[in-house]
Amino acid sequence: MSIAIKQDKCIGCGRCVEACPGNLIKMNAKGKAEQRHPKDCWGCTACLKACPTGAVAFFLGADIGGRGATLSYKKQGDAVRWTVTRRDGTRETIGLDAKQANQY
Amino acid sequence: MEESKIKWQTLDTDVLIVGGGTAGCFAAYTLGKTGDVSVVIAEKANIKRSGCLAAGVNALNAYITKGHDPEFYVNYCLKDADGIARRDLLTTMSERLNHVTKELEDFGLVILKDENGEYVTRGPRNIKINGENIKPLLADAALAQPNVNVINHVNITDLMRKDGQVIGAYGFSVNEPIAYAIRAKAVFVATGGAAGLYRPNNPGFSRHKMWYPPFNTGAGYAMGIRAGAEMTTFEMRFIALRCKDTIAPTGTIAQGVGAPQVNAKGEKYEAKYGHTTSERLYGTVVENREGRGPCTLKTTGIGEAAEEDLYKAYLNMAPSQTLRWLESGRGPDGEDVEVEGTEPYIVGGHTASGYWVDAGRRTTLKGLYAGGDVAGGAPQKYVTGALAEGEIAAESILDDLKDLDLHAEDAAQRPDYDHWFADDDSGLMNTEQLEEAMQKIMDEYAGGITQGYQYNAARLEIAKNKIAELSELAKDLKVSDMDGLLRLYELLDRLTVCPVVIAHLGARKETRWHSFAENADYPEKDEAYACYINSIEKDGEIQIIKRALR
Repeated sequence: MSIAIKQDKCIGCGRCVEACPGNLIKMNAKGKAEQRHPKDCWGCTACLKACPTGAVAFFLGADIGGRGATLSYKKQGDAVRWTVTRRDGTRETIGLDAKQANQY
Repeated sequence: MEESKIKWQTLDTDVLIVGGGTAGCFAAYTLGKTGDVSVVIAEKANIKRSGCLAAGVNALNAYITKGHDPEFYVNYCLKDADGIARRDLLTTMSERLNHVTKELEDFGLVILKDENGEYVTRGPRNIKINGENIKPLLADAALAQPNVNVINHVNITDLMRKDGQVIGAYGFSVNEPIAYAIRAKAVFVATGGAAGLYRPNNPGFSRHKMWYPPFNTGAGYAMGIRAGAEMTTFEMRFIALRCKDTIAPTGTIAQGVGAPQVNAKGEKYEAKYGHTTSERLYGTVVENREGRGPCTLKTTGIGEAAEEDLYKAYLNMAPSQTLRWLESGRGPDGEDVEVEGTEPYIVGGHTASGYWVDAGRRTTLKGLYAGGDVAGGAPQKYVTGALAEGEIAAESILDDLKDLDLHAEDAAQRPDYDHWFADDDSGLMNTEQLEEAMQKIMDEYAGGITQGYQYNAARLEIAKNKIAELSELAKDLKVSDMDGLLRLYELLDRLTVCPVVIAHLGARKETRWHSFAENADYPEKDEAYACYINSIEKDGEIQIIKRALR
């Protein structure tokens, strides 16, 4: 379980650094966010939700079933969009309404 | 090195809250709302997304549903713990479950309602919500109080004491070379429980993909143990039954779509073992051990609509499971979901390990209060029970403050953070290595996953000695920055908690809860142990105290 931070999309705002409950992200010498301890990520996705540019994506390690896909998060108002991008480039998006409760 | 020495800052407050998670934020909100007192929350991360609720939750599992009363919930908890829980604590908690739920709704939590405006239940004790943003909502409620001051990114390590009374706490910034000596009239410890004591399900790249937050390292227990607080029921470990690999919740599938647990032969095995939390786990352990695994939640054929709803539900609390389904190309409609038991955790919000407290959540140390996962005796708190305990503790503090004062600090008590620093931290041993060693010892000799959660006196003796060796080795560790100091203290805290767990496991010479405390020397329940096992550490020795049920 871990995250990948796209350096070209990162604007160096530090919000993911602030949000991580494990203090696992730091700003590097180039002023971009960088993981300090990649193996220590819990998978809570707080950083994805804090990032204003969608620079942080989430993936599963191969040891827990990861096969090269990433998960990204976008929120506009109450509309939440989670997008899975598979290794072959195909995508699947699931939309959620933040005002709607789970059915289960 | 001289210029990088840690600078001390001192702070005074009426109430110090250690840990801004579920219980901590709600205590701060309660104190802010009802009392003319100054409050400081010292939080290791940032309260917006720290603690158990970081990713969200998808149900409130402690609620008094229509047609039931608090007594119903209390009796459920007592039965699940086979009597080893505190009726007084469970009662005071249960009486507040619905009130704190209403507060959550007022903060903005979305709760599913039917056409009559009644909450929709998921079971006799559960209601359905959208809990993705539950932690930011709680954090905002605390931050909105003008007299609540939040200090994020500060790791509290030790209690400040005077003549047996707690008069504040010590900690350090996890980023800057700053240490804090915070004096307070009252301290509320709400750090959460302990993960990472045992070797986890996925020990490699995904070692932190666990049930409980890996950042809850038992710090709250450790500071209390070091200060001589009485602790209870550390032998009632919590082991969760989870979706394999992703360690995502199973209740959403089991209760949500009514999927039964089946073994490799397709047999429903749950009824054979019983339905308490520990029995449900134990059944899966035995089925696997006897060659009838893998065990799964039988979801095939639930239909595409139900599958889609599960994808959404998991995105709101455990996105890894949805990603796993989507990237494998096999969702729950097409493939059953394999389940497994996690490594053991010490956590007072699910089982009953933690500080021994009175009904007002006062610990045995004057000036120190405890609530949420770090407080013992009241299992099945879950989110709402932790909120209730935060509120109860806040009210006790408001009652007691007239008799509590700020005291002068004895600076000689200050932890020596500087001595861990060295320009060269590349010795033979490092924090990560010792953590791995600790988890291996606990796994093999104190009833971890590879032992099917079983232990005996001979193994526990080895565990005790090996953990003591590691604690000795840890004295030589060196770090080069504040993050290194944080990792080091996380290890030290766990190494403080492990011996207490080992001592408690050995002291309960029976097997009352399968898997949670599976004592192979005493495989049966023994009514002589219908009592609480408590402990106090004194001069480095753990003294076991048996207390009568109340």
